[in-house]
Amino acid sequence: MADFFNEWGDTIWEGFIQTMQMTGISLLFSIIIGIPLGVLLVLTRKNGQAENLAFYTVLNTVINVIRSIPFIILLFFILPFTKLIAGTTIGVKGVIVPLVVSCAPYIARLMESAMLEVNRGVIEAYQSMGISTPKIIWHVVIREARSPMILGLTIATIGLIGETAMAGLVGAGGLGDLAYQFGHVRFQPDVMYAVIIILIIIVQIIQSVGNAFARKLKKD
Amino acid sequence: MIQLQHVSKTFKVGKNKIEALKDVSLEIKKGEIFGVIGYSGAGKSTLIRCVNLLERPTGGRVFVDGVDILSLNKKNLQKLRRKIGMIFQGYNLLATATVYDNVAIPLMLEGVPKHEIKARTEKYLEIVGLKERSGAYPSQLSGGQKQRVAIARALAHEPEVLLSDEATSALDPNTTDSILELLLKVNRELGITIFLITHELDVIQRICDRVAVMEKGRIIESGTVVDIFTRPKEAMTKQFVRNESRFRIPSHVYRDLLATGRLVNLTFLGESAKDPALATLAKRYDVLPSIIAGGIDQLKDQSIGNLLVHLKGEADQVSEAVRYLRSGHIVVEEVSG
Ligand SMILES: Nc1ncnc2c1ncn2[C@@H]1O[C@H](COP(=O)(O)OP(=O)(O)OP(=O)(O)O)[C@@H](O)[C@H]1O
Ligand SMILES: [Mg+2]
Repeated sequence: MADFFNEWGDTIWEGFIQTMQMTGISLLFSIIIGIPLGVLLVLTRKNGQAENLAFYTVLNTVINVIRSIPFIILLFFILPFTKLIAGTTIGVKGVIVPLVVSCAPYIARLMESAMLEVNRGVIEAYQSMGISTPKIIWHVVIREARSPMILGLTIATIGLIGETAMAGLVGAGGLGDLAYQFGHVRFQPDVMYAVIIILIIIVQIIQSVGNAFARKLKKD
Repeated sequence: MIQLQHVSKTFKVGKNKIEALKDVSLEIKKGEIFGVIGYSGAGKSTLIRCVNLLERPTGGRVFVDGVDILSLNKKNLQKLRRKIGMIFQGYNLLATATVYDNVAIPLMLEGVPKHEIKARTEKYLEIVGLKERSGAYPSQLSGGQKQRVAIARALAHEPEVLLSDEATSALDPNTTDSILELLLKVNRELGITIFLITHELDVIQRICDRVAVMEKGRIIESGTVVDIFTRPKEAMTKQFVRNESRFRIPSHVYRDLLATGRLVNLTFLGESAKDPALATLAKRYDVLPSIIAGGIDQLKDQSIGNLLVHLKGEADQVSEAVRYLRSGHIVVEEVSG
């Protein structure tokens, strides 16, 4: 055991950090883009507070299209775009762009469905009190939907960790890449098992924290 | 206070058009409690929602405090809405906020100063009798308590008008009574005009001053509650009033009674209750009046008596007697089985 850690500890730690970096940074950007997109979907849909069916249809279609491309294909498909935004297509930096392009629409969709669950009557009650739409979005819709929104973000985060495993293909490293390189290419199964156990623990922790947080925010 | 002039509203659902309101005109006076009653789908909710433009009429005009509200821009409409409180059948509280916050958050969003938010929230929670439950969440409250929070939320804006869309329809009879008491108190002590819609005659009977009866998007009859109770004209109004207050007599009893005379339903209120009509009748005509059933309906400010009376005697004498009854203040209605 000690030998194993002496030999592989640094490598695994490095992979862990890379995974956390890729997940953390792309999650941040995905949230910054995804939540407003989710709000726009809710607002512009039929009977929304700012109904705009043309806008909704375009946004809805774009999200569906992106969501139907497997990440591994998306990764290569948008290489020119990645180059344009990040200046590089390799390394952690090069993988953030495709991760965000894949994750932001997913988050938008999850946020949309969470917000659609908010009782319309409550929104109407606030409209009847002469409160403006932006304030209603923040203080009523997002407030009331925060518990399912947190659960949605938890799901998105876990999905993101899975996608970072494919990031090895563009040389970004990370735990997934480690498991693939040693487990498959060089046949060192013990490294692969260690990585898998770490990944399982990470996912468990994220899900539990997400659940606990959502429960705390729910209040009823 | 509120005037609706020739208001109509048509919903388009796909290719179909639903005329929810057809040429509805109403006036609600300052300080009164005005009720609209009708069956499900009559258009009541659509009507009340036209008063704060949660629903925009497709025709006609709406005035609140003399202002043509359809001509208001967004900002002014928001300002106007703050003068109009609204409560709903489903309470519509924030599930994630405490009782206190449910009242305080809208005030905060409206830009009311901090110290005043606290003062008003406490004041109105006190008025609705829920100050002790300030820290509770809606899921920990009963339906009646939730409606009280909703009422406090509406009152905290210190509105001139309160709109109530079936506020008691989801509550049991006792809780309904206590919420109606509260609305009456709000009307009397705070001077707030109340416009309510309901499908329960009881609500109209207990707290309203005037009432309009709605059927298929139209107002078919309107007047004071007393008028509607004593002299319903339209078939549907009669149906509402009958269901509530008339006697349920087995049909074979009716048949036996009708074989030996005539049956009349007498409705009297106020002064006419003191008139010894039946005694006079027996003295003047050769008929034997006997009371089959009787009851009293308590309205907001007065009570209405109802008597089902059997008049036994020669046909011409009974006819004379009925004519005599009709000449007084009593509302007479022949019952024919
Ligand atoms: N947003 C809408 N879109 C389409 N049709 C509607 C809409 N709102 C109401 N309607 C229709 O308008 C008619 C009147 O509805 P409304 O809700 O005003 O009735 P109501 O008298 O309040 O009934 P209830 O007692 O069931 O609440 C109904 O036929 C209803 O289906
Ligand atoms: Mg209704």
